[in-house]
Amino acid sequence: MDLEKQRGRHAALAIAAVVVIVGIPLWWRTTETYRAWLPMSQIRELDSLRLCLTVEVEVVFAQGTLTSDQQKKLPLNQVREQEHNVDTETDLKYRYETKYRTATIMEEDALNQPSAAEADTSLHILSESACGSVVVYVLPESSTLLPEGVRVYVGLKRTALVKFELRAGEGLNEVLSAIDAEVEPVVQTMSFGHQDIIAALSNRIRLAKVSKESLVDSMRAFKSSPGYEITFSLLNPSPQSHKVQWDIEGAVQQYIQPLLDKMAAVSNFSVDSQILYYAVLGVNPRFDKTALAYTLSADSLAHVINPVEARLGSNAASSNPVLNFLLYVPDPQHSPLFIRDHRGQGVSSNAFHSPRWGGIMVYNVNDMYDKDTSFPVDLNIDMSKVMGVFLAQLRLLLGVQQVHPPKGFELQGPGSAGVADWELDRLLWSRSVENVATASATITSLSQLLDEIGNIVINDNIAQEVLSTVTSIQAAIAELEAGNLAFALQYSREAILASECAFFDPSLLHLLYFPDDQKFAIYIPLFLPMCVPILLSLLKIVSEVRQKRAEKRAKKE
Amino acid sequence: MAARFSVTFLLACVALCNLQVYHVSGDLDQAKREPESFTEPNEVPVDEKLEKPSNEPPIVTDSKPIEEAQDDRQWQATEEEAMAKPEPGDDTAPPPPFKDEFKEELVIRPLQSGDVYASFQFSTLWDTDFVQGKRVSHYHLFPKSLGQVISKFSIRELHISFTQGFWRTMQWGQPFLPSPPGAELWVWFQDTVTDVDGAWKELTNVLSGIFCASLNFIDSTNTVQPTASFKPLGLGNVTDSRFLRYAMLPREIVCTENLTPWKKLLPCGSKAGLAVLLKSEKLFHSSFHSEAVHIRPVCQDAECKEPSWELRQTLNVVFDVYTSGQGKKEWSLFKMFSRTLTEACPLSSSSKVYVDVTDNPEGELFDLLPVSPLLDQAVVLGDRRTYVVYDLTNRDTFGSTRSLNLLVRWKADGGEMMRPLLHSERYVAGFGLQTGEIHTLIYNYHPYRAYPVLLMETVPWYLRLYIHTLTVTSKSKENKPSYIHYQPSKDRLRPHLLEMLVQLPPNSVTEVTVQFERALLKWTEYTPDPNHGFYVGSSVISALVPSMVAMDTNNTQERPLFSSFFPCKEESSYFARVYTEPLLVNLPTPDFSMPYNVICLTCTVVAVGYGSFYNLLTRTFQVEEPSPGLAKRLANVIRRWRGVPEL
Repeated sequence: MDLEKQRGRHAALAIAAVVVIVGIPLWWRTTETYRAWLPMSQIRELDSLRLCLTVEVEVVFAQGTLTSDQQKKLPLNQVREQEHNVDTETDLKYRYETKYRTATIMEEDALNQPSAAEADTSLHILSESACGSVVVYVLPESSTLLPEGVRVYVGLKRTALVKFELRAGEGLNEVLSAIDAEVEPVVQTMSFGHQDIIAALSNRIRLAKVSKESLVDSMRAFKSSPGYEITFSLLNPSPQSHKVQWDIEGAVQQYIQPLLDKMAAVSNFSVDSQILYYAVLGVNPRFDKTALAYTLSADSLAHVINPVEARLGSNAASSNPVLNFLLYVPDPQHSPLFIRDHRGQGVSSNAFHSPRWGGIMVYNVNDMYDKDTSFPVDLNIDMSKVMGVFLAQLRLLLGVQQVHPPKGFELQGPGSAGVADWELDRLLWSRSVENVATASATITSLSQLLDEIGNIVINDNIAQEVLSTVTSIQAAIAELEAGNLAFALQYSREAILASECAFFDPSLLHLLYFPDDQKFAIYIPLFLPMCVPILLSLLKIVSEVRQKRAEKRAKKE
Repeated sequence: MAARFSVTFLLACVALCNLQVYHVSGDLDQAKREPESFTEPNEVPVDEKLEKPSNEPPIVTDSKPIEEAQDDRQWQATEEEAMAKPEPGDDTAPPPPFKDEFKEELVIRPLQSGDVYASFQFSTLWDTDFVQGKRVSHYHLFPKSLGQVISKFSIRELHISFTQGFWRTMQWGQPFLPSPPGAELWVWFQDTVTDVDGAWKELTNVLSGIFCASLNFIDSTNTVQPTASFKPLGLGNVTDSRFLRYAMLPREIVCTENLTPWKKLLPCGSKAGLAVLLKSEKLFHSSFHSEAVHIRPVCQDAECKEPSWELRQTLNVVFDVYTSGQGKKEWSLFKMFSRTLTEACPLSSSSKVYVDVTDNPEGELFDLLPVSPLLDQAVVLGDRRTYVVYDLTNRDTFGSTRSLNLLVRWKADGGEMMRPLLHSERYVAGFGLQTGEIHTLIYNYHPYRAYPVLLMETVPWYLRLYIHTLTVTSKSKENKPSYIHYQPSKDRLRPHLLEMLVQLPPNSVTEVTVQFERALLKWTEYTPDPNHGFYVGSSVISALVPSMVAMDTNNTQERPLFSSFFPCKEESSYFARVYTEPLLVNLPTPDFSMPYNVICLTCTVVAVGYGSFYNLLTRTFQVEEPSPGLAKRLANVIRRWRGVPEL
């Protein structure tokens, strides 16, 4: 009898063991979702961003700025570092690697040109400086190169001319520290200021730390993207009275293309144009009797383009962001049409732009014909006037930031190229930092998401993208530290592409919403009746064992 | 595209719940600055003043969680004083003239059945070349969205149509441009395209975005490469069907969401010209509605050295004025479209309305008001027709009321419609859910001429054709096709394609039958309403039908648009295409709640079996003393009460 009981107990234990050793792993294995390995620890490291930006600065002393004694001690190298602890997660370090040397004879010749602009071009011919670096020529106070009242001239390339007064009896070290104080604002103007970098990091740090101006700059500009579509649209609401023609092809070649060629390092661009007829604004302009003109107030501008936007059409052939530039020719019943800003004053360009969308310009044509002309009239659009406005808007929207130089600075205008080399450098600095910040934020939020929702399948290709994002981010950070701006941008672009690719992969959605209640509805008819007898017999065995022990103890006592 | 967006959106929604989102506060207008005076005129531009954020809903361009939502669209003035002025260009040279041309046309044909057939044709011709040379990027009349599609996918020809309703050939005659019910898309790619299937897949997705249609359901299971039925209609004589893709979606429902993007492609939109008549509430209240877009290269001039690209947008509609007009056959533009015409599209070089009055030469059948002195004759579909023409570019057309409302008053019934020479029907025969038979009947009503037709059938893979049962009979005799191209299906990969060239004897019916077996689908492959049945697309019959009158083979001559679509190579015959009815076939359909029932049932059975097995293994059995009977127990109770020992 006891033997029989023993056998039953063994059988129950064996079944429980089979269920635990074979059944549960089998069930676990067959219902598991595939999750490829992700470099979680490296991603967690990215969570706290420690960036070090290195700028190579070359300070060249022209004749008459140093005594011959001091000249002998040159060349010299010096590294200056600035650390900013932005918040607990973000640290910034700026390294200025300054090299001091005297000017060569050729450079002296170049500096003897009659004007600063000419000196700038001939200096550029002599030596081409690397992307991201800054060359500062120190001129004696007596130099006539710079006009009166101008202490610093920033040229089209990566060179700046600085006037410096030599005080007698100072040692080289004092001179150098005095020079450094002069050079610092120049370098900040030509590469980056702290506020620009903070604004580029606006994804991850609290907004209070960002100055309003740089925030406005960074909010207006399009987010960094591998490509942009630029679309010029001529809106002609009344083709029955105006036959408007524009030479957009020539104008793009002449005005826009030089800028885009320069910006080719940042992104790819494609330019399109179209003419839309019967495109009317969403707001009826009001007639202003004092000005004898129709006016649109700035408050209503937000509603102006909505009906037009439906007809602009997105680019069917790509998914890059579109920059829209609209040229609106008002119909004769509503001409002339002027835009008033919020103070009620006219805007001389008659143009407005909208952050991250594009710009619109109102082009009045009522002066081009007499009152008693019979419609339709043929009209030609003066493209230089239009393109001046659009070019300025394009620069803003692409993120070529506006520089607020200190007093005594003269900045050479961008000229026909549309953008100066150092302006491009500024853009590259903030774009690289922004890309790194965005990519790391994307990848950390992706890993959080995957952590929290265990049902998401992680395929190998996603793991691959995540891995390449992480390596690209690390490479970009390393290149920033080494001062190779061009490579840093390249890696940061790769990082952002890979991170977006991983984040928006459709396969992440497959098992996202497989609800638990359905799972249990299917499991319960099998699991409940199977588990209850096993558990009950285990409980029984345990209680029997206890009882036996108690009996034994009682016997002993 | 849509899929990607929804993915993005869903992910964003999920992530938004979990992540901290930095929000831009709305107090940006504090960032206003006093304008600084720049010392130099050539300063880098612009000094911005921020606007008060408006109450406009946010336009979210990127729904990624980590980016700040751009919650307001701010408008900022672009100041000009400080603007970098580029050097002014050569302003004396006027821009080159546009090399494009737009024409619009409306043909109205009163039908004997009391219906009215209205056919709109809009054609944009552009002397440019999308294929060779540099990128085309500056658009005028040609829509930019389609131009970009042509250049990106290297398209030689594109034909797309959306149709609601079935064209009744026997009642209405031949349409100017035939189209099957649902959506049809066929594209010839340039021979430079290497990955045709990839381009086709992407193109269908892009087009479904442009036309707001479910073209993204086109995949390899409904795409075929016909070898003979669909030749290029434009320039170039390619015959390599590797570059052709053809697909049909018979289930596609066409409605206003397809009409709106179609109208957007017109240079004048629906604001002026004939397109003002295209109001959807009337257009879709009709017996037949079909809109189409055809893009092809055509000859620029008679010498035909340079190509130009033609975009032909057509819209055909048949109004049942008899029933909607309380039993009267009277119709007018206003009655049909609830609009009248007031002007031509100012961008069009020609804008005309044609009314077919061939059956009414002396005005004995109906009166057409207002009277127009212009008459035109055109040879169309093998018949010489007479049309009254209203030229909208001429101001006199609109008369004193400055609006044109065509009006027809019927005087007498009667008139015989010419029976179309080619007609066809199709149906499924058989019973049960296992096998069936597809019958296609092709009628040749020509009294004495025999002519060959090309029949193309595409059948989805889940109807397994028994091709050995294919029979073609005319006048109860076997009719051997002179050309047969059959491509068998592959399960879940490609459909059946059957093309054959059949000679139709005069005044006869030719019957093509083929048997099929219905396949069992996997349970995820069924449509949401599987008991409705599965559609099989129309079969296509293309033929050169003998013409009653000599056709005009001079293709360069100025002709009305409706008579110049299909190129005509010989005088004695004209090209016609006839689509049969689509088929609706029932497939064996399971009960879809069954998987769950089966799981529950098997689980219960397994659990019961397991329970008894478990009990047998673990329980110990022992003989138990039988319990005392009821009487004995009662006795014991009494005895206990009395204090007597129990039994």
